[in-house]
Amino acid sequence: MTRYESVLDLIGNTPLVGIHALSPNPAVRIYAKLEGQNPGGSVKDRIALRMIVQAERDGLLTPGATILEPSSGNTGIGLAMVCRVKGYRLKIVMPENVSIERRQLLEIFGAEVILSPGEEGSNGGIRMAQAIAAEHPEYVFLYQYANAANPLAHYEGTGPEIWRDCPEIDVFVSGLGTTGTLMGVGRYLKERKPGVQIVAVEPPSGEIVQGLRSLDDGYVPPVFDPTVLDGKRIVRLGESIEFTRDLVNICGIFGGISSGAAVAGAVKVARKMTSGTIVVLLADGGWKYLSTGAWTDPIDEVVARSSTTIFF
Amino acid sequence: MPSFEVRLPTVVRQHAGNAVTVTGDGDTVGELFADLVRQYPGLRNYLISDDGTLHRFVNVYVNDEDIRYLGQLDTAVVAGDDVSILPAVAGG
Repeated sequence: MTRYESVLDLIGNTPLVGIHALSPNPAVRIYAKLEGQNPGGSVKDRIALRMIVQAERDGLLTPGATILEPSSGNTGIGLAMVCRVKGYRLKIVMPENVSIERRQLLEIFGAEVILSPGEEGSNGGIRMAQAIAAEHPEYVFLYQYANAANPLAHYEGTGPEIWRDCPEIDVFVSGLGTTGTLMGVGRYLKERKPGVQIVAVEPPSGEIVQGLRSLDDGYVPPVFDPTVLDGKRIVRLGESIEFTRDLVNICGIFGGISSGAAVAGAVKVARKMTSGTIVVLLADGGWKYLSTGAWTDPIDEVVARSSTTIFF
Repeated sequence: MPSFEVRLPTVVRQHAGNAVTVTGDGDTVGELFADLVRQYPGLRNYLISDDGTLHRFVNVYVNDEDIRYLGQLDTAVVAGDDVSILPAVAGG
């Protein structure tokens, strides 16, 4: 049945697609879960809907309410879409140096964008949102980094979908972000298949862009439980862009830059396996990153630009 | 013991005489860090917590793998390994 009464019913049930041509070992199969197929264009539609539904159930959200959230892009866009359908107002705190497409999309979906200083990065956006929330208790502050509905969206949705579509899974690979995807999918899969490995890929942190003034400005999301992970590896921006290009050139999949990072991580995991099946989550499509030149410019130029622009 | 050149995160360089990279010896990450702290005592509070474990807001990678999922500070290192220190930051 492909007939729906609301765009919100389209969230989730994303496809798994083989990207075996990128596997360094033919005995290791790699499937990509295409979260860019969600109606708002990213995995974050799932948590946007789940956090809002939870807040409605808990009586925190009433008609006409205003939601406030820090986001470097996708969570904001997902929330904006859900808010349009449900009639809530939305304010998104976002660093001024994210790619322009993200701001444009938020405005198209009717969100008010509050810009935080670029030199303070995404952590600065989080701090600003916390300060605004403290001044305005009338705003509903969903706060994805500490909201249990974030990992729950993946425990109830993403995890069961992967298990249904690929019970032979040995390793799940995903980017870190708020850690909600890894926490929810990881918990679900480990309950079903205790030997499954959960591997986090950390994009290059771009500490200059992130604007750390001291280590204590560092941030570990409260939803993160390190025991759910079996490994965590960093992937450099140059490699991420190479794999973003391989995805489209070899597999015909137009993913975002974090998707390239996740695939690069999955390929490194595959190199260490003799056989088996990896599922890697591609968080979004490439549309919002066209202005970064990731597909068109020399890779070293794109990498150099990462000192002034937030790519993730 | 093998020797390693380690690039410091921008925010901790001021605690190591503004050095961009520092060099130390060790057979484990913990030994390497002890050698770095011996040379730059100011680094201690930025690498190690009071309980002797890795600082909460620091991630250390050996050949791009997080040592929290290897052997923590006891993770063995051999000549040629790449040791990176990066601050914890949020995405989303």
